[in-house]
Amino acid sequence: MLEAILNGLGGLVAGFQALALDWRSIIMIVIGCILLFLGIKKDCEPLLLVPIGFGCILVNIPLSDLMAKEGFLRVIYDAGVDTELFPLLIFIGIGAMTDFGPVLAQPSTFLLGAAGQFGIFLTLLMALFFGFTKLEAVSIGIIGACDGPTAIYVTSKYAPHLLGAVSVAAYSYMALVPVIQPPIMRAMTTQAERATVMKYKARPVSKTTKILFPLVITILGGLIAPKGLPLLGSIMLGNLMRESGVVSRLTKASENEIANVVTLFLGLCIGATMSGAAFLRPQTLIVLGLGFVAICLDTVCGILFAKGMRVLSGGKINPLIGAAGISAFPMAARVVQREGIKYNKKSYLLMHAMGANAGGQVGSVIAAAVMLSVLAGMGIIS
Amino acid sequence: MEMDNTTFGLTMLICGMGGTLLTLWIMSLVMTALGRLFPEKAEPKKEG
Repeated sequence: MLEAILNGLGGLVAGFQALALDWRSIIMIVIGCILLFLGIKKDCEPLLLVPIGFGCILVNIPLSDLMAKEGFLRVIYDAGVDTELFPLLIFIGIGAMTDFGPVLAQPSTFLLGAAGQFGIFLTLLMALFFGFTKLEAVSIGIIGACDGPTAIYVTSKYAPHLLGAVSVAAYSYMALVPVIQPPIMRAMTTQAERATVMKYKARPVSKTTKILFPLVITILGGLIAPKGLPLLGSIMLGNLMRESGVVSRLTKASENEIANVVTLFLGLCIGATMSGAAFLRPQTLIVLGLGFVAICLDTVCGILFAKGMRVLSGGKINPLIGAAGISAFPMAARVVQREGIKYNKKSYLLMHAMGANAGGQVGSVIAAAVMLSVLAGMGIIS
Repeated sequence: MEMDNTTFGLTMLICGMGGTLLTLWIMSLVMTALGRLFPEKAEPKKEG
């Protein structure tokens, strides 16, 4: 009888014993708490960091088997991340939320969205240098897209063991864009360049153009980079629903209910990949470091490209708008506006930066799509 | 024969970045064309 009682009580302390024996789980629980702190207290991407942090804590509590076969988190992971469904559903929501009007009014700013993707490919090269495999390097480089769902889509497909590190890097650095970008913007430009006033002529865009835009981009982009069509098609489907104006129920569901539910599940699943054994490796630190470099390089290349446009336009372009050619929408555009107004109170860069930023959003998807199609062309993926 | 990392990285840089720039440039041309083909019409003024 006494033995049975002791065995029963032993079951209640087994979790503590297992935790005491595994220092990595303790560290990961602390990391989960830090992510929760950043999300709740510092308001850094709380929609993602709160479920990621909690998922991280859940998966590191020993003996709970949440990621074991048929475990609660494993079921969600297999249904939405393994199948790549979650990032695509989020993309439909992003498309439904995004107004591509500013970029349609000034199509030249679209090119800044391409320049902002240079970081992806330069970081890929660096990751190869650090000894990562080709597909791991692709997944690390994609952090430079500054686009969470794209990074998750590519990584879950080609380097699922890096999903936790890549996702945390992508979302953390996106939240840190207002901190990371301004010093680079100041270092890369002169006072006179930063003070340049750009005139904005609000060119109206017809409804027909707005409706045709997602259709044409899907068909054209799909033909050029068919491997990335799930990404491009889902964001453009959301945008077509928005601009058509005839399926407002679907548009609202995509940008609210569906996006919210999927964000919750996706965050939990990312957290669930952060078990101590998988996450606490030198490799993770390198991924986080390379992710940071990728975002910095995006900013540098965007500004350099805008400087080139400034030369070609006879000094009419403020190179700060180049920093907005990344996917962090509309945060990067707001950072540009805030920096510009510091140096010239008459400078109003927001609409130009919004064009570049919307271009960056499409640019990051196109970069990922092109990358996948080039990989397929080289026979590295099927 | 498997491609070495340097060749792979440089190919990705050239084809990937070049492809992205080219695709977005074509798309910007298409958007310009769409804007010209379907300009925003001014709303007719209501009488009375």
